[in-house]
Amino acid sequence: MEALYAITTGILTASGVYLTLRGRTFPVVVGLTLLSYAVNLFLFSMGGLTTHGAALVGTNENYADPLPQALVLTAIVIGFAMTAFAIILAMRSRGDLGSDSVDGSRTDREDPRENKA
Amino acid sequence: MTLPWIPLLTFLGVFVPALAIRGGRTVCALATAVAPAIALGLVLFFYLGHDGEEVMRTSLQWLPTLGLELAFRLDGLSLLFLLLILGIGLLIILYTRYYLSEQDSMSRFYAFLMLFMTSMVGIVMSDNLLLLWGFWELTSISSFLLISFWSHETTARKGARMAMTVTGAGGLALLAGIMLIGKVTGTYDISTVLESHDLITASPLYPAIVVLVLLGAFTKSAQFPFHFWLPHAMAAPTPVSAYLHSATMVKAGIFLMLRLHPALSGTELWTVIVTLTGLVTLVYGAWFAFLKTDLKGILAFSTISHLGLITSLLGLGNSQALIAALFHIINHALFKASLFMAAGIVDHETGTRDVRKLGGLYRLMPITTALTCIATISMAGVPPLNGFISKEMFFTEALASQQFGGLAWIVPLLAGLGGLLSVAYSLRLAYATFFRRPRQESPKTPHEPPWPMRFPIELLVVLCIIVGLVPTLPQSPILEDAVRVTMSGEMPEFHLALWHGINPALLLSMAVIAGGIVLHLLHRHMMRFNRQFRPQDARYIFEAFVQRLVGLCQRLTDRLENGSLQRYMFLLMAVSVLAMALGLADLDKLTGNLGQQTLDPIVALGAALLIMGGVLTAVLHRYRLISLLMLSVVGLVVSLTFARFSAPDLALTQLSVEVVTMILLMLALFFLPQKTPKESGGARIVRDVLIATGFGGAVASLNFAVLTRDLDSISEFFIRQSVPGGGGHNVVNVILVDFRGFDTLGEITVLAIAGLAIFKLLNRLRLFMPATDMEGRLWSDDRHPTLLMVVSQTLLPLALLVSFFIFLRGHNQPGGGFIAGLITAVALILLYMSRGVEWAQQRLDFQFQPIAIAGVALSTFTGLCSWLFGYPFLTSTFDHFHLPLIGDIELASALIFDGGIYLAVVGATLMILANLGKLTTAHRPNKDIP
Repeated sequence: MEALYAITTGILTASGVYLTLRGRTFPVVVGLTLLSYAVNLFLFSMGGLTTHGAALVGTNENYADPLPQALVLTAIVIGFAMTAFAIILAMRSRGDLGSDSVDGSRTDREDPRENKA
Repeated sequence: MTLPWIPLLTFLGVFVPALAIRGGRTVCALATAVAPAIALGLVLFFYLGHDGEEVMRTSLQWLPTLGLELAFRLDGLSLLFLLLILGIGLLIILYTRYYLSEQDSMSRFYAFLMLFMTSMVGIVMSDNLLLLWGFWELTSISSFLLISFWSHETTARKGARMAMTVTGAGGLALLAGIMLIGKVTGTYDISTVLESHDLITASPLYPAIVVLVLLGAFTKSAQFPFHFWLPHAMAAPTPVSAYLHSATMVKAGIFLMLRLHPALSGTELWTVIVTLTGLVTLVYGAWFAFLKTDLKGILAFSTISHLGLITSLLGLGNSQALIAALFHIINHALFKASLFMAAGIVDHETGTRDVRKLGGLYRLMPITTALTCIATISMAGVPPLNGFISKEMFFTEALASQQFGGLAWIVPLLAGLGGLLSVAYSLRLAYATFFRRPRQESPKTPHEPPWPMRFPIELLVVLCIIVGLVPTLPQSPILEDAVRVTMSGEMPEFHLALWHGINPALLLSMAVIAGGIVLHLLHRHMMRFNRQFRPQDARYIFEAFVQRLVGLCQRLTDRLENGSLQRYMFLLMAVSVLAMALGLADLDKLTGNLGQQTLDPIVALGAALLIMGGVLTAVLHRYRLISLLMLSVVGLVVSLTFARFSAPDLALTQLSVEVVTMILLMLALFFLPQKTPKESGGARIVRDVLIATGFGGAVASLNFAVLTRDLDSISEFFIRQSVPGGGGHNVVNVILVDFRGFDTLGEITVLAIAGLAIFKLLNRLRLFMPATDMEGRLWSDDRHPTLLMVVSQTLLPLALLVSFFIFLRGHNQPGGGFIAGLITAVALILLYMSRGVEWAQQRLDFQFQPIAIAGVALSTFTGLCSWLFGYPFLTSTFDHFHLPLIGDIELASALIFDGGIYLAVVGATLMILANLGKLTTAHRPNKDIP
């Protein structure tokens, strides 16, 4: 099971990294989100993979490690804040620069509907 | 404990001039002189009050982990330099009073001067190498301020910058050298380092140490080829030149070589480098001093030459040479400081420093002429003055030198040549300034300066004569102690005298003086000869070098930082892969000693979904909507994964965050192009796939390696202390709101800041809103579907109730402020979506920013409250009480903290989404299209 877990984390990371290397803002933000999922899974597993061991005192014999969980919980919320900030920044850069290229230099008019507007 | 008072006094003196200037210029000068005068008195008092053989030391701990101590020492060497620094410093203060004009800010000048004095005192008294280096850099900075004192002049600014660059770069080399010494000896304590000669010289790092330390010393003491800053530093006011460039700052490098002499010297490497550099500098400086036409330029090159003389004596390194070096340090300070001050008077009185325009001053300024001539004779090394004695000793050592085997004659040859040239330029200096018939009228009629301005020169010249005539009288005890320190204890016999009988050195001296006179007579021919060479101005070479360096850096920066985010991302990822790979390669084997758990079909299915979702998100990224749907699959399965592996809190959080994220990204996608154009070529895609695969592989290996190894977690503590210490059964929540509450406070602050930043970013954002979807279909004109409206409105109270419940039970069951906040936010967003922003805003007519801020404030306040009860920040307290219907409630102060989290999450999330949603209201295309 551990091997499969690790492979999954690895593949999610790889997909996220590939997307962050793209040249347009939206795929990069999607990639960052994917990467943060992978990172959360990775950090979460630092306490080991425990079945039926929620860290509620008095309910179990063998508790899962609560510390990575607490860290990942805040990481999820912070990850959301970061995704939100990045995507709004992308919108702003498109609004101000007229392009959604990550380098902010190229203007694109590839959307035919936009020409009419 | 009183030793630190000496640098402290001069440091306090920095602030005196600013206060005393109100009393007038004379009062200011007198008040400034008080601190160094007391310091000088202290030095003498300390020194006379104890036996010369022992070293006075005192030290205070400063940064013990770095080996930095506030350690001071007073020994013979420090004493010699302290007398020069404080004594000549006092004379300079007096001289400056009359030198500076009304327009110059005297208080500023004195403040800089005292700062410089403090740093010099610090250098010579430091008993810790790092402390010494700190003061060393301080001299660079304060001399920069002094040289550029007339900052309206370009030459002053450029000269100051050059001095700063060269000595500063040397200072960095010195720091590296010091750190290597620290590495070899394990301490920065000077007293210990001085006893580690064998350890240091045996170390393989020794050559690096010598080269780096000497780089520091040579740049500071203007040794060839780093001498070029000194002539340009002559743009400074003359008191600065007289102080810094004769007696103190340029001697700091010499001092460093003397200080570290017991630890570093005595090897072939040291002897060759130091002796040769010194000799070359001696001849080079003297030759250019002979050719210069600027009075201060002559003195500057003469200083370079004399510093070379002292350096070469340090290279020869036997005890007699050291005595000669120390003696010459005193002599040079005496005659050169007085010559600089005399040059300042001439400049002051005639308005020019160009020897081609000067002449015949002996009629108008007889006393100054006499004083200058005596100092010049001393500089030339003519008996019976002090300069002669030390030069005679130098010749003796040069003739006796056994260095360089068959080429040993090179040392006396260069020494003699230097001596000859110094006779010639001394003659020229005196003759051209005072005795030759003037070629043109000087700009103003010169006369004798006020007596107090001349007094420092008189005093120094009298000292020159006394030392020359009775060399044994004043300096022997001081020199003896100084030599004892530099020779690490063993005391050589020495005898200073004017007359040693007829010996080779005397003959060499006589030949040199005769040769110098001849050369002076040939001066015009020498100048003509020199004119054949293209003049090289060090300033241009230096500036060109600096510009080339800047250009090189610019090109390098341009290559690395070309403005492409894609490039940065690539570099970042590539370096990360490399770093991870290096770490992984260090492992013995990938699989640890822990056995794996058996795989069950549900986990396998989940993994398959995750892998599929992840890969499809990447592969289909050009179709943004589909890619986003795939991403949501990943998010949902991640939350199930958390649930599967015993993390209910995480599962709940991930689920609600997933909803919010997807709504956010969908909304954003509405304003962005729906498709990504095909841009990357095949090579780029291959490159990125390789990087991504490498990264993923490294993360997977790392993850597997960790999962199959035993872990020693600190979580035991949290699980044990959760109920008795935090009053909650849900350990994760107790960690969040209690054990690691400070972290959580930081996180919600970041969340609120992100919300505020987004609020600002959305301000006045104008974006194109497509009227149709990707395939050209119009949006549905049913903007608020009735079913959704009814459901969302019905769900709202229920959702609020659930979130309240989850919030309350959070301390003991899965739940808590984060999750409750997210659930509330989702319920409200659903309302926004179903009824439209306008409808919702009419009913919820309040801003969300204050809510988020109030949340952070509430959490902080809870933390602060524990201060009121005398506990550390964020200490929590709790008590149980019973509520009818709901049951046993535990009211912990952590609950209020959690309430703050709740408010911050609700506020920030809605601030982000509601503001983004508002963008759609203004020009919603459906309004125009029926």
